[in-house]
Amino acid sequence: MFKVIKKLTSFVAMFAVLFAFTTEVMAKKSKTLKNTQKKGFVRCGVSQGLPGFSNADASGNWTGVDVDVCRAVAAAVLGDANKVKFTPLSAKERFTALTSGEIDILSRNTTWTLSRDADIGLTFVGVNFYDGQGFMVRKNSGITSVNQFKNGISACTNIGTTTELNMRDFFNSRGISYEPVAFEKADEVVAAYDAGRCDTYTTDKSGLAAQRTKMKNPDEHMVLPETISKEPLGPVVRQGDAVWEDIVRWSLNTMIEAEEYGITSSNADSMKTSDNPAIKRLVGAEGELGAAFGLDNDWSLRIIKQVGNYGESYKRNIADPGILPDRGPNQLWTKGGILYVPPAR
Amino acid sequence: MNNKIKKILPQIITVLFVLGIFGFFTFNAQNNMDNRGIDFGFGFLTQESSFDVQFSLIEYSGSHSYARAYLVGLLNTLLVSFISIIFCTILGVIFGVARLSSNYLFRNSAAWYVEFFRNIPLLLQIFFWYYAALRALPVPEKAGPWFGVTYMTIKGYYIPSFIWTNLDIFLYSILAVIISIIIISTYAKKLQENEGKQIPVFYISLGLIFVLPALTFFIGGVSLDFEIPALKQLSKTSYVFDGGIGLPPELIALVLALSLYTSTFVAECVRAGIQGIGKGQKEAAASVGLTPNQILKLVVMPQALRIIIPPTTNQYLNLTKNSSLAAAIAYPDLVLVFAGTALMQTGKAIEIVSITMLTYLSISLAIAAIMNWYNKKIEIKEK
Repeated sequence: MFKVIKKLTSFVAMFAVLFAFTTEVMAKKSKTLKNTQKKGFVRCGVSQGLPGFSNADASGNWTGVDVDVCRAVAAAVLGDANKVKFTPLSAKERFTALTSGEIDILSRNTTWTLSRDADIGLTFVGVNFYDGQGFMVRKNSGITSVNQFKNGISACTNIGTTTELNMRDFFNSRGISYEPVAFEKADEVVAAYDAGRCDTYTTDKSGLAAQRTKMKNPDEHMVLPETISKEPLGPVVRQGDAVWEDIVRWSLNTMIEAEEYGITSSNADSMKTSDNPAIKRLVGAEGELGAAFGLDNDWSLRIIKQVGNYGESYKRNIADPGILPDRGPNQLWTKGGILYVPPAR
Repeated sequence: MNNKIKKILPQIITVLFVLGIFGFFTFNAQNNMDNRGIDFGFGFLTQESSFDVQFSLIEYSGSHSYARAYLVGLLNTLLVSFISIIFCTILGVIFGVARLSSNYLFRNSAAWYVEFFRNIPLLLQIFFWYYAALRALPVPEKAGPWFGVTYMTIKGYYIPSFIWTNLDIFLYSILAVIISIIIISTYAKKLQENEGKQIPVFYISLGLIFVLPALTFFIGGVSLDFEIPALKQLSKTSYVFDGGIGLPPELIALVLALSLYTSTFVAECVRAGIQGIGKGQKEAAASVGLTPNQILKLVVMPQALRIIIPPTTNQYLNLTKNSSLAAAIAYPDLVLVFAGTALMQTGKAIEIVSITMLTYLSISLAIAAIMNWYNKKIEIKEK
């Protein structure tokens, strides 16, 4: 009998542990900020390597415009833009990683669509790159426009992307039969296309420009001029934590607005004495904007000083490496682009 | 009384514990899904999938439902498993027997083959066959014909498709062949048991298999035409084969890797089975005057199969489950199409992963059931 009691108590103890775990999980609800500060780093999901957006160098340093969004959040909530833990994710894994709580921000060239926003427990906080789907072909094929595509063309792409759906809409509406060859990882797609498995490679145009640099002979390939879809790419958070959502949204907005007012990483401190109240608010010299998120008032100043404004980030990551030197739609609204964010006040 | 409690109580506690764990995870998942506004349900299966699949055994396009996409993936998984199981069995038997050969060259090449292919991770072998071996193939316009009418290219293996007239008559003739072979072998068995006479069942069957279907071509009005793949220009420098049947290189690479890898394990099962039969059995059989062929057929194999079948079943199950590595090289199997694309487009992770897991479980149980039935059939009948 004694043995039975002993067994019983051990089971009860295990249950107690399980229940303690349950309550802990429930308490985490809408406490992403608190958890991040406790852990001391921002958990950020990025791509498995897309130059210009999120790419790791040989020593494991991540760079790119998507990476900078996470760095901005880290600068705002932790005071240090380097306190980010990056998790490389495939297109297929990304949403599950976010909804299951493995990461807290997904900043991985992800297209904002209605069904993703409304259906699967995600919230898109903004757009950090306006893109569209295009096609890459070999220069020597003589193809210079999508109008020259013929029946039987094979197209390499990634699974689990809006690309797969757009491609079908495109070929179907033109009545062209095609062979979709869909891989899980971007590197596999590039390798297959480069080896001649496919006649064309299709994904977001920024992705094509970036992946072209990885080809054996980048000069042998070209991106066709047509754009077949709208692909607004932006950071995503889990649904159900409004405060965290706001922090990520306004960290991104701060970078864009800083560029609008000409605040850069080098002049941010001197801007504190500006005459313009909008600038003073952005560098924390006026107002109490940080308090709304439970942050101090220098949160936006740290973003600008440590990460830079959007223009600096774009230049450093996308323009200077020669991926897409022309900003196109990703230019400020004041300069002919469509980047326009609500005012920080 | 005390004893009874002692016996039952731990079992009750165990059951409660298991239920508790399940309950905890269900509760937790439900709670988390509620918090994030995710609905649970299988309604998505009837929605339009709106994505295309590269290779399908049934008619499918993006205007079909997710349920249909599931079926496409399932059939592709079954296809690659079925072909690989056949190839790995043939190769396995050949190399298993060769390992016991008295010929030095046969014995050692077989040993090298087994040690080489079973000690390299399967995923690497798949990548090797796909990226290294198949990529060394020519582009369509430079491919010379194999066997006159088939073309092996980087975009796939193109074979002529068959165009039958009166295919049904041909199929009936095959059915007739199968039925008559069963009748003849039953009759032959009876004849031997009752009168001790033997008739050459094997040669009669062989004759039937060739003669009867061939007859339908002459008097049944059956005819067969071929559609031979032809080169078609897509652009200045790229071509594709049109017409015929195109087997994607992804399928070929996967079949190669799966059957070579698994055949090494089957070979070891076969070797173990044959070596498990005592030498005395063969000597005894020879001493009662059986020919070497009869010894193999009537004495060695029936006993060896009992040792070979159960571990080989495991290998078949492994092969089927390993086929899910297809996702790495874009072969549209169940994991890539359903647990990949469909999961991403719908976001129904829990539903789709459960369906996929149940499907693999069912396939494995079905294979195990067939093999168990066969094992039962050949096991020692205790009288």
